[in-house]
Amino acid sequence: MSLRSPIGRVLGLGAAKEGPGHWWSQRISAVALVALGLWFAASLLRLASFEHAAVLQWAGRPVNAVLLALTLATMIYHSMLGLQVVIEDYVAGGMRVVTLVVVNFLHYLVAALGIFAVLRIAFGAAPQ
Amino acid sequence: LSSTAKRERPLSPHLQIYRWQYTMALSILHRATGVALSIGLLLLVYWLVALASGPEAYDDARIVFVHPATRVLLVAFSFAFFYHLLNGVRHLAWDTGHGLERRSARTSGWIAFLGAVAATVLFWMLLIQRFAGGAA
Repeated sequence: MSLRSPIGRVLGLGAAKEGPGHWWSQRISAVALVALGLWFAASLLRLASFEHAAVLQWAGRPVNAVLLALTLATMIYHSMLGLQVVIEDYVAGGMRVVTLVVVNFLHYLVAALGIFAVLRIAFGAAPQ
Repeated sequence: LSSTAKRERPLSPHLQIYRWQYTMALSILHRATGVALSIGLLLLVYWLVALASGPEAYDDARIVFVHPATRVLLVAFSFAFFYHLLNGVRHLAWDTGHGLERRSARTSGWIAFLGAVAATVLFWMLLIQRFAGGAA
């Protein structure tokens, strides 16, 4: 039996004090994605064609490659933050941590694949 | 002092006791479209990886993307994209304390939803018009 009062046992516990960081990151990435998302949608409409050569040429231009990499990175970051909240809302117990770790790993994998693909194209290393 | 520890605590009201309002539907749709877009990212990255892997891999990917089921999925993803974007701006406005009154929240909700439908239709009309015959 503890001699500490109930209030003494809970003071200082609770929030991990990291909430505002997550909240801000989600908002800031959202603001960035308004611009990047509209750029990406407009780019799809302005493509010369969806043939391999045409898309490769478009993605290989420096400005497009940089914006494409930024769009991917920001989208995947925003997705990671968003899914974290969804998982924390619906998955309880030990499965919560497991789900979070698996989902985060998947996000890093997809981000690495996507950005590597963009860089390979941008540096002219992709097969023509 | 510790006698309160084991007492049954009241629960907050469950979702189903609230009268259904479409503002709730719009809020849930924001989350649903967000989850959908997370899955859509897989398709986007698949397209880019195929593009970087060469013409053969790209042609294989095209077979996937031209499939009618994928086309339906892409239309759904584009709606999710436009809705999440428009409704996201609505959320950002709320975060700055604007548009929280009932009337303006309802109006902006309709703008987000109908705007997303309109943007989806316009987007695909432009795509089809531009690439008609080429079958993307």
